[in-house]
Amino acid sequence: MSKIATPDISHLTAQDYESIYEPAEDSFLMLDALENELPLIMAMKPSLCVEVGPGSGVLITGLATALGPACSYIAADVNMKACMATVATAQKNACSVETFCSDLLSGCGRQLDGKVDVLIFNPPYVVTPPEEVAAGDLQHTWAGGRKGRQVLDRLMPEVPRLLTPQGRFYLLIERENDPEEINAIFRSMELFGKKILERKTGPEHLAIWVYTKLDRAL
Amino acid sequence: MKLITHNMLSSKTIKGVVYGYPLIIRASQVLTKDVDFNPEFIQRMIPKLDWSALKFAAKCVGHEEDLPDEPPANMADEDVLKRIHHVVMEVDVVDGFLECPETKRQFPITNGIPNMLLNENDV
Ligand SMILES: C[S@@+](CC[C@H](N)C(=O)[O-])C[C@H]1O[C@@H](n2cnc3c(N)ncnc32)[C@H](O)[C@@H]1O
Repeated sequence: MSKIATPDISHLTAQDYESIYEPAEDSFLMLDALENELPLIMAMKPSLCVEVGPGSGVLITGLATALGPACSYIAADVNMKACMATVATAQKNACSVETFCSDLLSGCGRQLDGKVDVLIFNPPYVVTPPEEVAAGDLQHTWAGGRKGRQVLDRLMPEVPRLLTPQGRFYLLIERENDPEEINAIFRSMELFGKKILERKTGPEHLAIWVYTKLDRAL
Repeated sequence: MKLITHNMLSSKTIKGVVYGYPLIIRASQVLTKDVDFNPEFIQRMIPKLDWSALKFAAKCVGHEEDLPDEPPANMADEDVLKRIHHVVMEVDVVDGFLECPETKRQFPITNGIPNMLLNENDV
């Protein structure tokens, strides 16, 4: 079985975590899910993996160390410090991740259409008053506004056109985010989803879902 | 910013911009960093690259001669793949600006990271 070694993030300090997201249960759940999915991901011979909101860079770096240099890795965070942390984390773990600072993938216009083999998003998912969304670096990491979905809801319509025909979108969903509704929205765009891992941690009920254009590829 | 990344960036989100592509590179510092050559990766990536934007980017940073005019017809030609690898993966813009070809709006590149964030009045 292929593994994803938990990336070394010992270069990041308490001060860094005042402005970027410190990897937590949600991050590790996504790493575990990606590890389980490695055989499927490898089988499709990806050339481009993209993460939205890499924070410390722990997820895209984990994937890059597991898949190796036969693929490229690009990540976009709205927080420049997270972009810098992501580059540093990749370097620390002897791989390379390109980053740019952008609101979701708006910095790409339509140039990523049909090119993304693997898309990852662990969004700011906590239900908060709408005005907390994007109120600062740390709010960016967790404040999700209405249903904890305000940031995710803006990415969802883009996903079908970004993915390659066999592309896979890995998404972290908290129960309050209303997974049934998320699935219904994706289904209306002909993306099929499956829950691949879940975990209860304190008050949160986290799950990782994968979405693809072909339900038989799930 | 490697040129593979430049190939995927655009200023189309700016209000009134039609293509916003390719962005003009105004580099003040360009490095070339050694990256292991992986022929299989380059072969798989070529169909995802916009070749004329890549040619344009290479020209902006003084690496135009390194790149064939057209995407290679023969994907087994290691020599050509190596040249493409060099331009796409090893040339790194560390400092400078990306410029919208239509509005001339500039996006700073610092420590190799382009800042594509827009203000409310841009969108
Ligand atoms: C829950 S954290 C996840 C960080 C990291 N991926 C992890 O799993 O540890 C959410 C991340 O999304 C970023 N983010 C929030 N809103 C964003 C937006 N509109 N565009 C891009 N990134 C965003 C935040 O800055 C933060 O890094």
